[in-house]
Amino acid sequence: MAAADTMKLAVADGPDPDAALAWRFLHYMFLMREVEERIERKLYRQGKIVGGVYSGRGQEAISVGAGLATHPEDVLFPCHRDMALYFIRGVQPRQVFAQYMGRVGGLTRGRDANMHMGDLRLKLVSIVSAIGASVPVAAGAALALKYQGSRHVAWVFFGDGATSRGDWHEGVNFATVQKLPLVLMCNNNQYAYSTPLELQMACANVADRGPAYAMPAEIVDGNDVFAVHEAARRAAAHAREGLGPYLIECKTFRMTGHSAHDPGDYVPKHLWAEWAAKDPILRLEQLMRERGWAGPAEIDELYARLRREIDEAIDWAEKSPYPDPSSLLDDVYERR
Amino acid sequence: MPTTYLEAIRQGIWEEMERDPSVFLIGEDIGVYGGAFKITAGMLDRFGGRRVIDTPLSEAAVVGAAIGAGLMGLRPVAEMQFSDFITCGFDQIVNFAAKCRYRWGAAVPMVIRAPSGAGIHGGPFHSQSPEAWFVHTPGLKVVMPATAYDAKGLIKSAIRDNDPVIFLEHKALYRRIKEEIPAGDYTVPLGQARIFRDGADLTIVTFGAMVYVAEEAAGTLEKEGISAEIVDLRTLLPLDEETILASVRKTSRAIVLHEASLTGGVGGEIAARIAEKAFDHLDAPVVRIAAADTPVPYSPPLEEAFLPNAARVIEKARALCRY
Repeated sequence: MAAADTMKLAVADGPDPDAALAWRFLHYMFLMREVEERIERKLYRQGKIVGGVYSGRGQEAISVGAGLATHPEDVLFPCHRDMALYFIRGVQPRQVFAQYMGRVGGLTRGRDANMHMGDLRLKLVSIVSAIGASVPVAAGAALALKYQGSRHVAWVFFGDGATSRGDWHEGVNFATVQKLPLVLMCNNNQYAYSTPLELQMACANVADRGPAYAMPAEIVDGNDVFAVHEAARRAAAHAREGLGPYLIECKTFRMTGHSAHDPGDYVPKHLWAEWAAKDPILRLEQLMRERGWAGPAEIDELYARLRREIDEAIDWAEKSPYPDPSSLLDDVYERR
Repeated sequence: MPTTYLEAIRQGIWEEMERDPSVFLIGEDIGVYGGAFKITAGMLDRFGGRRVIDTPLSEAAVVGAAIGAGLMGLRPVAEMQFSDFITCGFDQIVNFAAKCRYRWGAAVPMVIRAPSGAGIHGGPFHSQSPEAWFVHTPGLKVVMPATAYDAKGLIKSAIRDNDPVIFLEHKALYRRIKEEIPAGDYTVPLGQARIFRDGADLTIVTFGAMVYVAEEAAGTLEKEGISAEIVDLRTLLPLDEETILASVRKTSRAIVLHEASLTGGVGGEIAARIAEKAFDHLDAPVVRIAAADTPVPYSPPLEEAFLPNAARVIEKARALCRY
């Protein structure tokens, strides 16, 4: 395959409505990239963030492509590399910064760290650290949607490593037996912490797990936001029709260590370079310029605007107070 | 008509299913088969497969699905076939369900029912009393009824509660305990112990099937002139400390009795609270009586030796009163 072909995105010919969609993609992908850059490369190094930082750098096309295919009443179970899902649902960057700084302005008011965020009003369910544990819970949310006679869908996001967990298989098995409206979005970024794919599973693809559950499973270029979006739409349509779960494996690469403390030295150097060339944001920018969807300065203007908003969001978060220790005992149980 | 402990739980669930369409059942072999102990017998016919869901052999999926449905506003009642298998869903319970409200303010109304306890020669994997694992997990509630009346009233409260509840039913009581209970709706509040038997000379703090061991011992002790009060905790988490302390302040002697193994059992916690908060009222050290620190053995003589019995309670009670 020629280099030019690998860079080509799965976008239909013709100007619209893909132009408008491309701008929405770019907005959220850049927002996620920039917020995470500030967290990982500035605030963390300045000592303003205590604890772990898990970034989705290089994987932004997945949460953006899928997130913009969801219905607002769909229930989302993001993983720790899906920050854009929060922005798409209306969470503000300032809340994310405050979350990472342990302030009351964060989604968990200092109760939990980093991407462990949820808000049921926005149909966002918080991940727990035992990766893959969200899958049976998402199956339960899908069960509830079906039970309530809704046509909406539960979406659960996870990485390749999660598919080694028993919880993943138990959740998928139950969901397929019950034909629940569940979309399974895998970011196969080829590493689970330091463990490469070949030490994680004997099959070549996460999608190979689909047939064992009589579940449709497709592989997409996870760095092509249009391809992810189209696959997500197909999966959601399948689930909404009552045909059961649908698995999408997004092939991508984690352009960072497992977390901010991990330089990722175990990754062969050539892989960084190869995947940097496939950066999902650069590819989208290039397409938008080629198609004439973006004028010479327009993309830079968008980025400048988002950077200003992010500056303000960080200021806000730094002013947000730490939780009062007197609140320690609150909300272990329902207040009576 | 006298109602068994098993039938009381069944009635409680049935009435809640009739009352609230968001209540549903999920578990292994609970539908067509009616459950390993027949608690859910007849419910599939009455409520249909939408609300009585037979699952694969998959405890993490059962618990996980119950959590997901609870987050969405339903009221799942999940059955573990035996409480021994709850370990297979342990992460879902302690890391997911228990922490949602504290972490991000999300309620997980959910009941996990699990037949627990020994005395039926079930061996190491059908006899355990796992309450201490869950009592050590803030965010959960842990309920262990001893009587048919409480079993019905507590299962109803558990189903109506907005926090995850581990509901441990003692399988040896299912058909052994029979009593008159109200036919219609009533509840027993979570988190409240009760005085099972009034007494003056010592307090036996216990729960579950051990209430009857304590009762048997108290009958014998009474003939010897020792009046034993029995506190049936009913709920272990949150613990009704006030009722325990009030009884101990009255009697000045305390035995803590449970069926689970001694070391790390909830008896240690209760003994510590008595020592911390009622020390001045004690005439003797707090005594714990519990099962041996072994897996639950299978063969009847071994199982009998493993379990606390009335003779041990009597012996310790006499010693306490002589102290």
